[in-house]
Amino acid sequence: MRITQGTFSFLPDLTDEQIRKQVEYCLRQGFPVNVEFTDDPHPRNSYWEMWDLPMFDLQDPAAILLEINACRKAYPNHYIKVNGYNTTKGRESVALSFIVNRPQSEPGFRLDRQEVRGRTINYALHSYATEKPEGERYKPRGRVD
Amino acid sequence: MSTETDVKRLEGEAAPESTPGRDPGVDIGAALRESNVQQILEELDRELVGLGAVKTRIREIAALLLVERLRRQAGLEAEAPALHMCFTGGPGTGKTTVGMRMAKILHTLGYIRQGQLVVATRDDLVGQYVGHTAPKTKEVLKRAMGGVLFIDEAYYLYRPENERDYGQEAIEMMLLVMEERRDDLVVILAGYPDRMETFFESNPGVRSRIAHHIDFPDYTHEELMSIADLMMERQMYAFGGESREVFADYLRRRIDQPHFANARSVRNALDRLKLRQADRLVRQGGRVPREELMRIDVADILRSRVFEDAAAPPAGDKES
Repeated sequence: MRITQGTFSFLPDLTDEQIRKQVEYCLRQGFPVNVEFTDDPHPRNSYWEMWDLPMFDLQDPAAILLEINACRKAYPNHYIKVNGYNTTKGRESVALSFIVNRPQSEPGFRLDRQEVRGRTINYALHSYATEKPEGERYKPRGRVD
Repeated sequence: MSTETDVKRLEGEAAPESTPGRDPGVDIGAALRESNVQQILEELDRELVGLGAVKTRIREIAALLLVERLRRQAGLEAEAPALHMCFTGGPGTGKTTVGMRMAKILHTLGYIRQGQLVVATRDDLVGQYVGHTAPKTKEVLKRAMGGVLFIDEAYYLYRPENERDYGQEAIEMMLLVMEERRDDLVVILAGYPDRMETFFESNPGVRSRIAHHIDFPDYTHEELMSIADLMMERQMYAFGGESREVFADYLRRRIDQPHFANARSVRNALDRLKLRQADRLVRQGGRVPREELMRIDVADILRSRVFEDAAAPPAGDKES
C-alpha cells in the first residue's frame, strides 16, 4: 500500500528535477530545509530521524540534493522526506513537506479491532512493516541477511 | 490523448526542417549584443585600475561562456569548463576585490546559478577535534553552492609543522567537491605568491585541479595615482592646488619603504589625509564653504611621517 503523506503524495514520485524545483521554491521563500528519514510508516509517527543538520543560509538547491542523495544512499529502503520550515514569526511551522524516497515494497496496514467494556470497539492501525525491529524493516525483496 | 501525440509528432517532423542541408551558422555579434558581456567588461575597465592579466582572463572566460552557449544552440555538447581559480599577488593588489567581483561577473555571464560569494578562512573550514572538520567544511561548501567560494590566505589550510593538523582533511574534502560538483560552485584560492607556491608544492593535487592561475602584479606609480584619484572621487574629496603633485611625491617615497601594500597603502594614506584635513578644519574654526570640506591641502599631506623621515637623512635609505 502506497503511503500518502505530505505534499504531492497522490502524484507519481517526484523526479530529481522536480525535487530540485520544489527545494528552490523553499529557498526562495527563505525556508530552512531539512531531510528526515524513518522506517516506521504509521501516519501519526511525527518524529522522523533527521539526516545531518538542518540546512540554514543555503542559496542553491544543489546542496540539498547532495544531502538527499547521500541519505538515499545510506537508507535506500526508508522513507525520506524533505521539509521546508517557515520561520516567519507567528507561523513557525513546517510549510512544505514531501516524500522523496520510499521502500521498494510497502506492505501496508491492518485494522485491529479490540472489544472492550460494553459493546465498545477500539480500533488500532497496525503497520506490517513494524513487525520487524527498527532497521530491519523494508529489506529489498529477495535479499537474505 | 490523441491530440497530444499528434502535436508531438508534428513537432518531431518540424524539427529536422528547421536545420536544412546548408549550415546557416551562428551570429556571434548578435549574441554578444544580447548578452551583457560588453557592459561587464566596460565596468571592470572603469572601476579597476591596471590588472591587465586579470581583465584578459575575464574576457576569455566571458568569450568561452558565450561560445559555449552558441555551441549548445547548434547542438554541440561539451562539458562545462571548470573555473576554479587561484589568485596570487602581493598585499593590496586587488585579489579580494576581484574575487568579490567574480561572483557577480560569473552570475551575469550565466555560469553560476545564484551568484553569492562565500568568504572562508581556515577558521571556517578546519575543526578543532577529530570529526569536527568534515561537517564544518561541508557546511561551507554547501552554502557556497550555486556561487563562489573564496578562500583567502589559502595556505593556512595546510600546516606542515603539525602532521596531525585537520587542515589536510578540509583540503581533501574541498578537492572532492571541486572535482565532482564543478558545475555547482567555483572555488577561488587567494594568497601571497611565495606562500601559495609552498602550499601547492605540498599539495600537488590542488594545483592540478585549478585551471586558472592568475597573477596580480604590483601596481606602478601611475596606476596607484589613478587608484587614489578614483578613491578620492568616490569619497567626494578633491586634491586642491599643488596637493596632487605632493601626493604623487608622497607615493613615490612610500613605495620604497618597507611594508608597502599597494592599493591598501593608498587607501590608508587617504584615510590619514582625511583625519588631518578634519583636524585642520576644526582648528581653523569659523565658516567654511562646501569646496573647503572637500579639499585636501598640501599641508595635510606634508604632515606625513614619510616626509619627516626624508627630511632628516638626505636620501631615503633608512629602514623605518
